[in-house]
Amino acid sequence: MSLLKTIVQQLPYAHPFLFVDELTHVDEQGCKGFYTFKKDEYFYQGHFENHPVTPGVILTECMAQIGLVCLGIYLVGSDKLKVKGSVAHLKSTDVSQSGPAPSRTVSKAENEGQTAFVFSESNVLFEKAVYPGEKVKVISTKKYWRLGKLKCRVEMYNEAGERVCSGELSGIITKS
Amino acid sequence: MTRSEIEAQLKTIIKPYVQNEEAFENLSPETDMLQDLQINSAHLVDIILDMEEHFDIEIDDETAEKMLTVGEAITATENLLDKKD
Repeated sequence: MSLLKTIVQQLPYAHPFLFVDELTHVDEQGCKGFYTFKKDEYFYQGHFENHPVTPGVILTECMAQIGLVCLGIYLVGSDKLKVKGSVAHLKSTDVSQSGPAPSRTVSKAENEGQTAFVFSESNVLFEKAVYPGEKVKVISTKKYWRLGKLKCRVEMYNEAGERVCSGELSGIITKS
Repeated sequence: MTRSEIEAQLKTIIKPYVQNEEAFENLSPETDMLQDLQINSAHLVDIILDMEEHFDIEIDDETAEKMLTVGEAITATENLLDKKD
């Protein structure tokens, strides 16, 4: 399996809260991925009544899952490669987690050797609405990866190539 | 640079991240950045990076992880500045 697919497979999310269809690029400096907001996503039932628009928090979550967590899985994996010199570690038991949790909460890390990803900060500007059925592209550029903290500049574009939102997102990656 | 000069500059660096203003007013070397100033642990990393840039020093991870109080941060900066000269 390709590295890109392996990373997506390691994401700890599942329906209805997985907002990554495909990762198309990743390197030490950043990554790029896609998601199509399905017409029957659960939140369209209430946001808004009779006028479905993708909520900003969901756009932010999509940017975090692609831009922070996918890149974080890659960076943690490549750190391990540097240290241990084995490809196997990228497919190990890493479990990542993101979400509006307090920064020092570590969950899903009960077992030794697991990795927990905690969403710590977001500062996002919303420029365009995203409607049901739209496919978005997320591009993340690493600002720094230091002391377990990953900070990125993340941008989301629609199929017309217009930027729909952008901002800076950070997360903490802890290893147990 | 003297310790008090370092302290004054460090205060400017940490101020934007402080969530307990009262503890910040009464700052001492024993002040704990997480417990007393209630700085978010994710922001400690930003403080380390800001210090590196401001003082033109390199703080290795091991030193960074030990900088929990204001006094420890000043001492670490002092040592690194000494090495530079």
